[in-house]
Amino acid sequence: MSSSPHSHLHLAVALDGTGWHPASWREPVARPRELLTAGYWADQVAEAERGLIDFVTIEDGLGLQSSHHGAPDGRTDQVRGRLDAVLVAARIAPLSRHIGLVPTVIATHTEPFHISKAIATLDYVSTGRAGVRVQISARPNEADHFGRRTFPPFDLADLASPAGQERLAEHFDEAADYIEALRRLWDSWEDDAEIRDAATGRFIDRDKLHYIDFEGGRFSVKGPSITPRPPQGQPLVTSLGHQTIPYRLIARGTDVGYVTPQDAAEARAIVAEIRAEQEAAGRADDTVHVFADLVVLLDDDQAAAEARKDRLDALDGGAYTSDARIFAGTAAQLADLLEEFAAEGLTGFRLRPAVLGHDLPRISRDLVPELQRRDRFRTAYQAATLRGHLGLARPANRYAAA
Amino acid sequence: MSKPLKQIHLAAHFPGVNNTTVWSDPAAGSHIEFSSFAHFAKAAERAKFDFLFLAEGLRLREQGGKIYDLDVVGRPDTFTILAALAAVTEHLGLTGTINSTFNEPYEVARQFASLDHLSGGRAAWNVVTSWDAFTGENFRRGGFLPQEERYSRAKEFLATANELFDSWHGDEILADQATGTFLSDAKAGSFVHQGPQFDIHGQFNVPRSPQGRPVVFQAGESDEGREFAASAADAIFSRYATLEAGQAFYTDVKSRLAKYGRHPGDLLILPAASFVIGDTDEEAEEIAHQVRRQQVSGATALKHLEFVWNRDLSSYDPEGPLPEVDPLVSEEHISRGRAQVRMYRDPVAVAREWRELAEANKWSIRDLVINTGNRQSFVGSPATVARTINEFVQADVSDGFILVPHITPGGLDVFADTVVPLLQEQGVYRTEYEGTTLRDHLGLAHPDQRRAERAAS
Ligand SMILES: Cc1cc2nc3c(=O)[nH]c(=O)nc-3n(C[C@H](O)[C@H](O)[C@H](O)COP(=O)(O)O)c2cc1C
Repeated sequence: MSSSPHSHLHLAVALDGTGWHPASWREPVARPRELLTAGYWADQVAEAERGLIDFVTIEDGLGLQSSHHGAPDGRTDQVRGRLDAVLVAARIAPLSRHIGLVPTVIATHTEPFHISKAIATLDYVSTGRAGVRVQISARPNEADHFGRRTFPPFDLADLASPAGQERLAEHFDEAADYIEALRRLWDSWEDDAEIRDAATGRFIDRDKLHYIDFEGGRFSVKGPSITPRPPQGQPLVTSLGHQTIPYRLIARGTDVGYVTPQDAAEARAIVAEIRAEQEAAGRADDTVHVFADLVVLLDDDQAAAEARKDRLDALDGGAYTSDARIFAGTAAQLADLLEEFAAEGLTGFRLRPAVLGHDLPRISRDLVPELQRRDRFRTAYQAATLRGHLGLARPANRYAAA
Repeated sequence: MSKPLKQIHLAAHFPGVNNTTVWSDPAAGSHIEFSSFAHFAKAAERAKFDFLFLAEGLRLREQGGKIYDLDVVGRPDTFTILAALAAVTEHLGLTGTINSTFNEPYEVARQFASLDHLSGGRAAWNVVTSWDAFTGENFRRGGFLPQEERYSRAKEFLATANELFDSWHGDEILADQATGTFLSDAKAGSFVHQGPQFDIHGQFNVPRSPQGRPVVFQAGESDEGREFAASAADAIFSRYATLEAGQAFYTDVKSRLAKYGRHPGDLLILPAASFVIGDTDEEAEEIAHQVRRQQVSGATALKHLEFVWNRDLSSYDPEGPLPEVDPLVSEEHISRGRAQVRMYRDPVAVAREWRELAEANKWSIRDLVINTGNRQSFVGSPATVARTINEFVQADVSDGFILVPHITPGGLDVFADTVVPLLQEQGVYRTEYEGTTLRDHLGLAHPDQRRAERAAS
């Protein structure tokens, strides 16, 4: 087998509360009272960094967590309440050294100008390790928190109807505009705009600052950013998708897309669809990583992992289901599955630990060494930036004269 | 019987995007790298300061239709940098300037509540009201807010944010692993707000933070601004750091508190103050003069004059006499994106006065701008500066100062190392942090305690 890094897989870990299983907070390792403290998040990121993970994502939302897609559920037996993900990432940045930090932002209700400078600043405070996961919100209750738009109720089944598709397309078009505005703002300062020219008294060369004049369907942004171009030039942009409309967003605007294939055949089909969309968007030459999301329960034998899932399901009062495939087994079995999926064109995986306190150390201490033995994962961080971990060059500035 | 000595509050303003900040000095470092912010914050914490303060402007300033290039340009996102600074400090308060026009309460309340959690109770919010359409071009709603509504929006914004902060009481998270009860109340965080600016309802998703609410600052000059502060702020960031103007402002604002059922200690007055320290008073005066020349280059002097004249004066020689032509009085101002556009209410009179001054003193344009501009607030040896600061605070010029060094990031170091020990010797400044939250440092009651007191009385 080739030892070239091209055969290496990329791994991200998705952080959310005490883990992705809704009963995870009841496990002795879970620390559910510490979810609002910096120390809790610092420890999770340190554990992921110990495993040489490319980056962590941090979930977020503009309403209370819910087991329903479209509305709050009034449950009191699951984790409710959270901190702003960008702030959590910033708080952890000075305490970590290599790992990428990718908070979630909600494009539907936030200002691209604010979020652009927030992610640029995250890139400064982490010296080049920032990214962002862009999400939409169609939830009526979240729109009511802002009072600027009203969305009708929906459930996932509605989204398949023509009206549902149209509605989804509107949200994702706005998200595409949002990503475009973020990206233009990051480029709105050329790298060498700060000149400190004592002779003329000029701090900047204003010809190297650019109005972005973005005009979209739902907003326009003049620019330039108030924050200079971040260390990576363009921080990493990522997004999750389950069907054509979001795949198109992944293809048009992101560097990493998260998808949820249940098996290898589906993985192959999704990758093909995204590559076709990429070509249609004129981005065939750009690297767009496609990562599969997997919920993981890892133990020394498969029976133990499955028993743990059963025990958690019983605690929660029902079987946990997910958009992503749920894997319960050993690190070696998971490594097999990752290799099988990777053969279909996936370049990495975003693992959602079912119980953070249990499954994250299993990822960093069992899965990663297993992949290293197979020569499918780095044995040390090789690059200084998140883009570097993912083999992405620092991009030229779109506004710089060639 | 003499009054007991007031304890002095000190804070540090990260050098701003204006000509107070000298970027041309060999000691001047980066204004954007995190290492500069960390250095600055650690110096403030070493000096046992109450907090670090960050200003904000949401559109790059322009003059004559071009981006203003003579001052430092560029700054980080306020929330993000403060959250990162929470990681490299333990006690220092973290005060962010956040605008109430181009934000929404649900998001800002989440951000401040999150910052308060992540810093263990050290968050503060300077509520500012810039409303201009020029800045609005960067935001979804554009320049939607008429000037006369800026404070009604700010008031309602803050009131709404407070409703969100108070929507959790702090005892809802049981996280009882044995019984499986995470929340004691399914309705935790519920809120309904209906008003002219905001019509919102639902559930807030950040549980109550250590300080309950962030400490609230206000910075605005107008009568309305002062009323807003008297009714709803914990502290004012003002520009009156001289004896007479400071006392007048202090008396004015503190006298407005009673009608809101508040006491003088409930609202701290903390003016911005610059300083120059030398081994001797003479040396400090000498340095102060040099700093003024660094702050006001010939090019900056011309731009400053344009600001009053409201005309392009680029053809004038800064080392020559003032323009004969009178200022252009117009609705359109040559400068955009500055907080203090309305500083000169009668530019023609100002121009006349300046011409007379320049003639009498044989001043060039640059000399005039240097000599009429603000002198540094405190200039002298460490002993002189410590004595003056203490005298001013005891004389009710203020309750302390927000120091604005002119060099990034090291401009605070000499103050921390030489003036602070003298204030400590005089018994008017803490030698150790006594509490953990910013409210503790400022002597402000926790909102729950205030509510309990009100209920009891
Ligand atoms: C000392 C001081 C500092 C200020 N700092 C800021 C700032 O950093 N960002 C901002 O947008 N506005 C700032 N402002 C502007 C005020 O918040 C306010 O919007 C403006 O002064 C108009 O209100 P007024 O008419 O009450 O003065 C500042 C004002 C003062 C007096």
